[in-house]
Amino acid sequence: MENLNLILPEIFISIAIMFLLMIGVFKKNSSSLVYNLSTISLIVLLSLIYNLSSISDTSIFNGSYKIDKLATLMKLLVVGSGIFVMLTTSKYLQINKLNKIEYPVLILSSILGMIVMISSNDLIVFYMGLELQSLALYVLASFNRDNLLSTESGLKYFTLSALSSGLLLYGCSLVYGFAETTNFNEILNNSKESQYGLTFAIVFILAGLAFKISAVPFHMWAPDVYQGSPTSVTIIFAILPKIAALTVFIRFLYIPFANMSEQWQIIIVFLSIASMLFGAVAAIGQKNLKRLVAYSSIGHMGYALAGLSTETNQGIQSSIIYISIYLVMNLAFFSCLFMLRRNEKYYEKIDDLSGLSKNHPLLAFSLLIILFSLAGIPPLAGFFAKFYIFMAVIEESMYFLAIIGLLSTVVAAFYYIRIIKIIYFDPEKEKYETNHHLGLKVTLAVSTIFILIYFIYPNGLTEIVSKINII
Amino acid sequence: MNFPILSSLILLPTIGAIFILFAKSSNDKYQSSKYVALFISLANFLLSLYLWYIFDKTSVDFQFLENREWLAGFVNYKVGVDGISILFIILTTFITPICIISVNETIKHKLKEFLIAILIMETFMLGVFCSLDLVVFYLFFEAGLIPMFLIIGIWGGQRRVYSAFKFFLYTLLGSVLMLIAIISIYWIAGTTDVERLFEIGIDAKYQNLLWLAFFSSFAVKTPMWPVHTWLPDAHVEAPTAGSVLLAAILLKMAGYGFIRFSLGLFPIASEYFVPLIYTLSLIAIVYTSLVALMQEDMKKLIAYSSVAHMGFVTLGIFTMTEQGIEGSIFQMISHGLVSAALFLCVGVVYERHHTRLISKYGGLVSIMPRYAIVFMVFTLAAIGLPGTSGFVGEFLVLMGTFKKNFLVATIASLGVILGAAYMLWLYKRIIFGEIVNEDLKSMLDLKRFEILILFSLVIPIIFFGFYPEPLMNSIEASVENVLDMYNLNITNNLAYKN
Repeated sequence: MENLNLILPEIFISIAIMFLLMIGVFKKNSSSLVYNLSTISLIVLLSLIYNLSSISDTSIFNGSYKIDKLATLMKLLVVGSGIFVMLTTSKYLQINKLNKIEYPVLILSSILGMIVMISSNDLIVFYMGLELQSLALYVLASFNRDNLLSTESGLKYFTLSALSSGLLLYGCSLVYGFAETTNFNEILNNSKESQYGLTFAIVFILAGLAFKISAVPFHMWAPDVYQGSPTSVTIIFAILPKIAALTVFIRFLYIPFANMSEQWQIIIVFLSIASMLFGAVAAIGQKNLKRLVAYSSIGHMGYALAGLSTETNQGIQSSIIYISIYLVMNLAFFSCLFMLRRNEKYYEKIDDLSGLSKNHPLLAFSLLIILFSLAGIPPLAGFFAKFYIFMAVIEESMYFLAIIGLLSTVVAAFYYIRIIKIIYFDPEKEKYETNHHLGLKVTLAVSTIFILIYFIYPNGLTEIVSKINII
Repeated sequence: MNFPILSSLILLPTIGAIFILFAKSSNDKYQSSKYVALFISLANFLLSLYLWYIFDKTSVDFQFLENREWLAGFVNYKVGVDGISILFIILTTFITPICIISVNETIKHKLKEFLIAILIMETFMLGVFCSLDLVVFYLFFEAGLIPMFLIIGIWGGQRRVYSAFKFFLYTLLGSVLMLIAIISIYWIAGTTDVERLFEIGIDAKYQNLLWLAFFSSFAVKTPMWPVHTWLPDAHVEAPTAGSVLLAAILLKMAGYGFIRFSLGLFPIASEYFVPLIYTLSLIAIVYTSLVALMQEDMKKLIAYSSVAHMGFVTLGIFTMTEQGIEGSIFQMISHGLVSAALFLCVGVVYERHHTRLISKYGGLVSIMPRYAIVFMVFTLAAIGLPGTSGFVGEFLVLMGTFKKNFLVATIASLGVILGAAYMLWLYKRIIFGEIVNEDLKSMLDLKRFEILILFSLVIPIIFFGFYPEPLMNSIEASVENVLDMYNLNITNNLAYKN
């Protein structure tokens, strides 16, 4: 019974999903009720997970499921940002007539999948979580059924994701073949340096995972899917799966394959450099804000991977700090996107921001802070995220990676300040509506203030993260 | 626990900016916002004067130290001043109120935001000169990009977007390499605390690369040839107050950085790279002076003259002589005052005639006699006429250079002649001669507030020209300390090699 207490959050959310589905089916016009109940159950979930945060690291179910500091923190991040996503998107769904009962239930299922992924310590459990997450996301991507772009993006995501899952599974089966087990810790014990088959397995598994966080060269789906999906789903794509997949990256690299760092380090460095450079260069020509976010998130994932490539605790911690600040910046940025509404229509082109500072000074100022932070200019939070990464990278004397990373920051700064230029220097357009719902305003205010005043007390986050020692 | 005077100096403008942001101003031209900004900046000026008064000029240590834990484990928020940085602090707090008064007519829209940007900028600039930790220094150094980018971009002229981008990306590219160097220093020496680093020193084998990384940042900011091209663009397009801040203070950050960090942290590398600095400085002095001769736009001419003057500064610093370094610091302070004054002068005629082309002006002496007089003073100060502050700096720099290298000093002296040529020619074309344009006749002479700000600049320029003692007193001990440390390091290194 002890074991069941530890997975109470997972049990709760599974029951909540089924219960909410029942309500939705048997009660007419219950979509907003289900939506609100989902938000509440996410809040309950958050507190349940927080409850477990004091427990020391334990493995349950024959070592296939792990509750440790890393898992708890990442789950808190996933569920916390899930709550904020729910808060920001409710009005968007109403206006675009997407507020069906399936929508929040699908989000909850994908969050359940992510939680399982984060805690998994076994290939099979990991794969189950991954597929639960992905299946829910395929449907969400094409949720706007009548929209050609949305259905296309759902199909595209499904096809490519299935391919990558296939690669991943092939890698997993190779691991099983050579290590004769699916448990992460036992793989570590059974694997030997001389088993070349495992090297193949690493390549396949990393390729599959890189697809999930859209690292170059497995990024092709991201811009189309980001642009085509409804914005309320794009915000999920940009934040939640990245947190989960990054955790899985940490687990794979530092538990089963910890002995084979010579093989994977070069792969991670390559993924990181390619993502940073490509994310910076390809975003320059974009006209659509959602597409731009896709490229910028590719670049940001490059930085997070740079931290992972260092093989040190500090590197892992810096990646976790990076992803935490990244998710706040993205929440803030998408909240701004949701505010660009006029006559029941949402605008998402960069040109639609033109002259925003004249009619909406506060919104423009928030965007200014967010964009400079995304560009990594001090004293905003984004700078500290990069600072910790480069601290870790330079500690390991990986100067090449550091220099490429910082130079691509300069290139990336170009397209961020180009948006600022459009907001502040260009002629104004028609006013947007200002009657936003409370959840959206709160999300924007909280996240922007966090970004702005992070430098006053940067220790809070580092203290929490410094308790995570994987190696 | 002492009163944290430096932190309050740094924070006061930001507090003022927040106040302006939230305070309601009567809608006619934001008069009250301007008075608040002016009051805050003047209070800050008085505070810095008080700081100078209680500052112990005979001591070589950093004073008014504050040390607080900031990034747990590795970086502390540490500020302090010595005889060198205190002068730059006073320069900053002196120039800021002048900028704020000068916006009277030049800024037509969004005055409130402009004042906020200027005050935030002041915070960052003061932070640069106070910080005694490399990461804190970097933070302030980089953060200044944001308000300056907005000042050029929002309130600038025709090609403001291009200039703002060029300014931002040039400086960012230079500084990211410095960030790598700072982090490397942390892993090499175990700290980024400047005072600690002075004590323990940095291993000679790393110094050259680290020096180059710092150099890349400071060279862009100084600016040195060939990365100076952002400066004329930024100056031309920035509003008058922006140009003043840029020329008077932002450029000095790099000179300050050379003295404090390049000489202090990497003495062996500094010695090694002296020929490079000499070459670049001489090219800057001679080449940009020639370029300045050819300019048709007044602001551009003054911008190029800034590059030439900063060439003297870098030359003086890397002579590693007492005269050279003291001269450089004096030259920076003097150039801060003179270039600010010249940009304000250009601003005065630009407001009236809406062009900066030299050919559109002529014969202003008969229309604006008072203007002609103050402009004369500033022109002569820019040339370095004895009796103005410009002379002392240039003279000391050249003296230091003659001590080290005769040829370099001779070529640099050429620059003085060229400087006289382009400034006097500019003066002749604008102030003397025929009145080329009928419109000019309607131009009014200086208004009261213009007289106020221009005369408040004339006074220190003449005063320090005749009596440089107060400034010299303040920097002497610190410069000697910098040089002693430098020479000690060089001799130790030689002894170690032998």
